[in-house]
Amino acid sequence: MTALDEIKIGGLGASRRRVEDNRFIRGKGTYIDDIVLPGMLHMEILRSPVAHARIRSIDTSKAWEIPGVRLVLTGDMMATRNLAWMPTLSYDTQAVLATDKVRFQGQEVACVIADDPYIAKDACEAIVVDYEPLPAIVNPTQAMAPDAPLIRDDKENQADNIAFHWQVGDKEGTDRAFAEADVISKISLHYPRSHPSPIECCGSIADFDRATGKLTVYLTTQAPHIVRAAVAMVAELPEHMIRIVSPDIGGGFGNKVPVYPGYVMSILASILLERPVKWIEDRTGNLISTGFGRDVYLDGELALRRDGRILAVRMHTTSDHGAFFGDAQPSKFKIGLMHSAFSCYDIPYAYLSATGVYTNKAPGGVAYRCSFRVTEAMFFQERMIEAAASDLGMDPAELRRINLVRDDDFPHRTAWGFLTDSGQYGRCLDVALEAIGYEEFRRQQAQAREAGRLLGIGISTMTEPLGAGNSREYDILGIKMFDSAELRVHLTGRAILRTGARTQGQGHETTWAQIVAHELGIPADDVLVEEGDTDTAPFGMGTYASRSTPVAGAAVAMAARKVRAKARKLAAHLLEVSEEDVEWELGRFHVRGAPDRGVTIQECAMAAYANMPDGLEPGLEASAYYDPPNLTWPFACYVVTVEVDPETGVWDVLNVVAVDDCGVRINPMVVEGQIMGGLTEAYAMASMQFITFDAEGNCIGSNFMDYLLPTAWETPGFELHEVVTPCPHHPIGAKGVGECATVGGPAAFVNAVLDALKPFGVRNIDMPLLPDRVHEAISRRRDVSGAPPVRTD
Amino acid sequence: MSPLFEEIIEEPASADVPTRRVAITVNGQRRVAEVEPRLLLAHLLRQGFKLTGTHLGCDTTNCGACTVLVDGKAIKSCTMLAVQADGHEVTTVEGLASMSELSPIQEGFKDEHGLQCGFCTPGMMLSATAMLAENPNPTEEDVRWALSGNLCRCTGYQNIVKAVLWAAAKMRGEEPSHEGAA
Repeated sequence: MTALDEIKIGGLGASRRRVEDNRFIRGKGTYIDDIVLPGMLHMEILRSPVAHARIRSIDTSKAWEIPGVRLVLTGDMMATRNLAWMPTLSYDTQAVLATDKVRFQGQEVACVIADDPYIAKDACEAIVVDYEPLPAIVNPTQAMAPDAPLIRDDKENQADNIAFHWQVGDKEGTDRAFAEADVISKISLHYPRSHPSPIECCGSIADFDRATGKLTVYLTTQAPHIVRAAVAMVAELPEHMIRIVSPDIGGGFGNKVPVYPGYVMSILASILLERPVKWIEDRTGNLISTGFGRDVYLDGELALRRDGRILAVRMHTTSDHGAFFGDAQPSKFKIGLMHSAFSCYDIPYAYLSATGVYTNKAPGGVAYRCSFRVTEAMFFQERMIEAAASDLGMDPAELRRINLVRDDDFPHRTAWGFLTDSGQYGRCLDVALEAIGYEEFRRQQAQAREAGRLLGIGISTMTEPLGAGNSREYDILGIKMFDSAELRVHLTGRAILRTGARTQGQGHETTWAQIVAHELGIPADDVLVEEGDTDTAPFGMGTYASRSTPVAGAAVAMAARKVRAKARKLAAHLLEVSEEDVEWELGRFHVRGAPDRGVTIQECAMAAYANMPDGLEPGLEASAYYDPPNLTWPFACYVVTVEVDPETGVWDVLNVVAVDDCGVRINPMVVEGQIMGGLTEAYAMASMQFITFDAEGNCIGSNFMDYLLPTAWETPGFELHEVVTPCPHHPIGAKGVGECATVGGPAAFVNAVLDALKPFGVRNIDMPLLPDRVHEAISRRRDVSGAPPVRTD
Repeated sequence: MSPLFEEIIEEPASADVPTRRVAITVNGQRRVAEVEPRLLLAHLLRQGFKLTGTHLGCDTTNCGACTVLVDGKAIKSCTMLAVQADGHEVTTVEGLASMSELSPIQEGFKDEHGLQCGFCTPGMMLSATAMLAENPNPTEEDVRWALSGNLCRCTGYQNIVKAVLWAAAKMRGEEPSHEGAA
């Protein structure tokens, strides 16, 4: 009997080709809009054209007259069902359909349900709404002005436009460290509002069956169980009669975590009409009303010793949450995990204060490919480090190196209280600098400057907390953040695996089976993976914040180990020895000391149904609910080189080197795919992708002509490297990775461009580094803010 | 094949909505439909002919998820009216593979991990198919330019480019390389 080759059976470390691709490349995926139910009606939403206005009246009579219109809903009608407002994921409320005022452009004002979507759209245009305009507030400065109009006059005890004040850290210790510093480096930054924009927009099909009382909702969600809980609580429907099905998802990136008004309207419409109601959002609706990311301003300071040691960090953030505080994040952290900034550096003192404000912009604040504001945290961190290096006159790589947590310092408690547990930070930096040819590039840069050419190199190093929970610290609306897996091995040794996560392109159908193959020796091809149906999947908190592998993936391993423990009993029975005398090798148990005498896992599976010992429960299945002891802490170092054209401000990327240490890689091909996708979003944010508003609150970026996303043409190539430091607490040593490059990447691009502009003394240009901003900074030799226009009249 | 039973739904005829008959060859099969002149080709393919592999992502001809071939040329079907396709040949993603065999483009996308969520994939593959028909020996730059009308949010394009180069090599009868792109 030769040992099983784990790579051949598609186990850990195999770049197994993806199972889900078989349907996607044939156009046979089933996305929300591909689902057609008998008797299905179509819903369209009428949205507010203005950012802030009182609604004087809504006249729907003309819409009702159009043949094929079945229902027109307004806020007043929702209110009779107590559904005009709904809770957000951050303990605020959000209008489903406006009753009193509209508070952002694109807010839902009415909806029409009709026989086909064309009729529904026509009918929306026939609705007449009389708006009384109010001044729009489009940034925090306006929101916090003493005479600012009150946006949330719907809330009792809300006298201003402040959503929250929050703080964390040792204020006194930080103040003392600043008093003793040789150098204090300050910088103010804006991480602009951005939109995740998966290519598939949001949508839902609600199907209420009066006869059975069952409500089935097909819905573009990254977290179907959270939606079921929300529907049960908001609509007061019995939870066991609600089935949420998340079909194939055309990308999520955090955009498909919140519960959107359109979902609620389609559910109510289906209940009222007793027919399936489909709502498919259009792109403009997606861009102007669904969860945005970022929009945070920073005032940051580092206290430094002359030799480069960082003594303390002080950050104040001001975040723009739009009209409703709808961030999707753990309850106790008002500005997400912003205080995970600087976790890769050994810094004794840190203090963060945060102010969140309401504005007349779309709500959301979703974790856009990001573990709850970690993207902003790491961008601010790496821009502050870069500014400090400049203030000290130090090489930025060197400043990082002397402050990075050393390999023998783990576990390491950060100044803000996180516990990082593993990494080889210095080695990652070395690998990256070697790969890009750092010293040689600096020489070329100096020569090029003499010739009037602007070359720049930018570094970003970071560790980030991925994989919420543990349940002590992390919950959403009080529900603790664990995850789950159920593994059922059939009698022929094939298996079905279900988890509480939900893939949106990450490849769970492929990679979860690889974990089972690793734990049980059952070939990955013999394991069917299913997710997304709350009637069949075990309860889990879904997929976002790079939590699938750290939490649900761990649950898969634990469920498989439970199966293995039972299979051991079956093996002992089959081999007629005691359990203690049975030894495991991949896919097989053998008698200790007699490796030839063995039974395969498949033979154990058959015995579980056909030849079980007396007293042993039949069947071979197990479920596991996994509450991780800690977050996982991947590390990454990204280095980018650019050349800036001083005449036009256009910058070209020369090279991108990425060194990621995400622990053990289940499927290296999939991991690399995640990193390349993340790097592209990093490049996008640094170069072109942002959503801004004019003084009246009109969204500039309401379609893909105005909201720029990079294509294959602009996107640079990437060179990937790896360092592997296994996660000490994860069952297979894996760490989260899906978001690392989006989180750590932007600063590398921005630092590179600003490095190129060093001869001009430009300290900062806010993202995106559009050519006109770069050109303005060069020509006027000053910092350029990308902040939205502030009304000065 | 005629259905054994088809219920006729009697709707009040809305006389003011004009319709027009179109005949389109879709994936080699002649299809005839009665359509409103304003109906988009993408909607006829998806809702009318149940070919849901053609996706819609932006409504403004930017994202390319709806790309199909019309007489061999890559066309964004979200901004083409169904009546404009009357008398023409349309190929959708469902027409790329035969019953048993994938096209080299499909194989390449799977082999090079050129897709993640799969939503942009049909459009990407059809744009690539149109390009390879004209240029069987493309450079990486050729591929990037040909795909610049198709947006992908998951992959970062690098593996898509590799997938197309893989397919190009295979279609030329060469052994596809895994080192197709930088």
